[in-house]
Amino acid sequence: MSFTVPANLEAEIDELITHYPVKRSASLMLLHALQEHFGHISTEATVWIAKKLGLQPINVHELVTFYPMFRQQPAGKYVIKVCRTLSCALGGSHKLHEHFCTKLGLDPHAHGLQTTKDGKFSVEFVECLAGCGTAPVMMCNEDFHEGVSHAKADEILGKCK
Amino acid sequence: MKLSGLRGRGGAGFSCGLKWSFVDRRSGKPIYLICNADESEPGTFKDRQIIHKDPHQLIEGMIISCFANDVKLAYIYIRGEMPKGAKLLNAALKEARAKNFLGKNILGSGYDLEIHVHRGAGAYICGEETGLIESLEGKRPYPRIKPPYFPAVLGLYMCPTIVNNVETLCNVKHIVTMGGAEFAKLGTPNNTGTRIVSLSGQVKRPGYYEIEVGKATIGQLINDPAFGGGLLEGRKLKAVIPGGSSSKVLKAGEKFKLKRKVEGKDVEVETDMLDLPYDFDSLLQAGTMSGSSAIIVLDDTVDVVDVLANLSEFYAHESCGQCTPCREGSLWMSKTLHRLTHGEGRKGDADYLVKIADNIPGGKTICAFGEACSWPVQSFVAKFKDDFVAKGTADEEARPP
Ligand SMILES: Cc1cc2nc3c(=O)[nH]c(=O)nc-3n(C[C@H](O)[C@H](O)[C@H](O)COP(=O)(O)O)c2cc1C
Ligand code: SF4
Ligand code: FES
Repeated sequence: MSFTVPANLEAEIDELITHYPVKRSASLMLLHALQEHFGHISTEATVWIAKKLGLQPINVHELVTFYPMFRQQPAGKYVIKVCRTLSCALGGSHKLHEHFCTKLGLDPHAHGLQTTKDGKFSVEFVECLAGCGTAPVMMCNEDFHEGVSHAKADEILGKCK
Repeated sequence: MKLSGLRGRGGAGFSCGLKWSFVDRRSGKPIYLICNADESEPGTFKDRQIIHKDPHQLIEGMIISCFANDVKLAYIYIRGEMPKGAKLLNAALKEARAKNFLGKNILGSGYDLEIHVHRGAGAYICGEETGLIESLEGKRPYPRIKPPYFPAVLGLYMCPTIVNNVETLCNVKHIVTMGGAEFAKLGTPNNTGTRIVSLSGQVKRPGYYEIEVGKATIGQLINDPAFGGGLLEGRKLKAVIPGGSSSKVLKAGEKFKLKRKVEGKDVEVETDMLDLPYDFDSLLQAGTMSGSSAIIVLDDTVDVVDVLANLSEFYAHESCGQCTPCREGSLWMSKTLHRLTHGEGRKGDADYLVKIADNIPGGKTICAFGEACSWPVQSFVAKFKDDFVAKGTADEEARPP
């Protein structure tokens, strides 16, 4: 498999690097850019970033393994993140997570990110999303949803094409 | 800034003017400013609102703060789970650049400043200022030990650095407009200005409310129709987490002796937890803190063991792992609470939890996360010990010998 970063994305990346007096600082922004494009961070992506920033691959790999938002395996086209933390738990987030899992044929008790067989959806619990006043809250890819009832959850799923 | 009395809104409530005065201006190195928009303390959701509703207020506050501290390059470190917020900020920065409020020779003043948005990637510890700096350097966000790594001297790229919360920097704009003395008239002595309170949990009207610091009590924030509007029908108050998940819990009905000035004399006034003025100093006197100004309300339908188990799972997940007492302690506490909430508890678990929690803080860890993860455990178990013991005992008795 060949790994190519499209020219326009590379131009964007080169611009990002100029934001910092020390190139290494751009690591997280580059990881975001590549994960958004490829869906996950492959070994090739890690090596590519390291080369771009004049680092050893381990300097980039240790970020991928530390920061929860980066993943080494592909996820579904739509990634659903349900907040697990206290205010949302009080507001029914565990029921909401279970609702998504049963609806999508996933195991509500499994740990970590789970993806449907057709690769369309992934569901995971995350920690407080800074929306505790409108619990329970969740994200579907970049979109943030508040006060998510089960009916609203179905609506969100329905809009995922 | 000193005249305004502004105290940091990120958690510690440290004097902003004093923080700025610590910055090493003679090192010859560049000075950096970082806006802490990592907002991840459970219960807190005010910075998100500021960024989404009025990004220019933050940018203006930052430009003024940078000018005052001779900063030429600044960053907004926004948590990774706020991609929309990052886009909004980038759009607002572009607008500011177009008007020459940023960039070279700002409005002909000869002053240059650039601000960039930097995204985190889902780790709570990036909110701790030295962890944040490491993260901004492109590394794992392992907090640095103080001394010697005080950001004011050895911060970003080992240069003098100011880290301030979003809301703190927004206040700077108003302080400059109003004048420090005028700003200090808002709020109460030593607790000046306004503050956004994030109210969540079991109240009728959760939400974010701006108050003059100390001009409303915890009880008013929960019960007043202008704020929380009271508990849900038929419920009774059980407890309040007053300043984000790390602050020590207040039990309904708890009384504290508050020092007050009455006719120029210091007197101690017995105060119910609901009558505590919501400010920095009163909550400190009650043995807790207003922290990130986030109140989580718990009514009598909750099981406090479940509540603490939920919070401990958060801390076990978020410990960065550098210090053994924090890494192991947070995990042990979470595991013990897991068994207590899954029918496998033991009578001695309450004492065991406190023993672990007591062994984490007190200079044994690099950063204040150690304290942050032990405070909820210490306070919940101390104040609701019967609930913890009863649960463990019931489990033990139900188990075949
Ligand atoms: C574990 C931990 C997490 C923190 N998280 C945040 C945060 O999410 N946002 C924030 O502004 N400050 C956070 N802080 C406080 C920062 O370290 C720092 O004190 C603050 O950003 C300083 O800004 P201020 O003086 O304007 O309050 C955290 C501190 C600790 C120990
Ligand atoms: S106290 Fe905990 S979070 Fe802070 S540096 Fe040590 S291990 Fe990391
Ligand atoms: S607890 Fe869910 S957003 Fe804060």
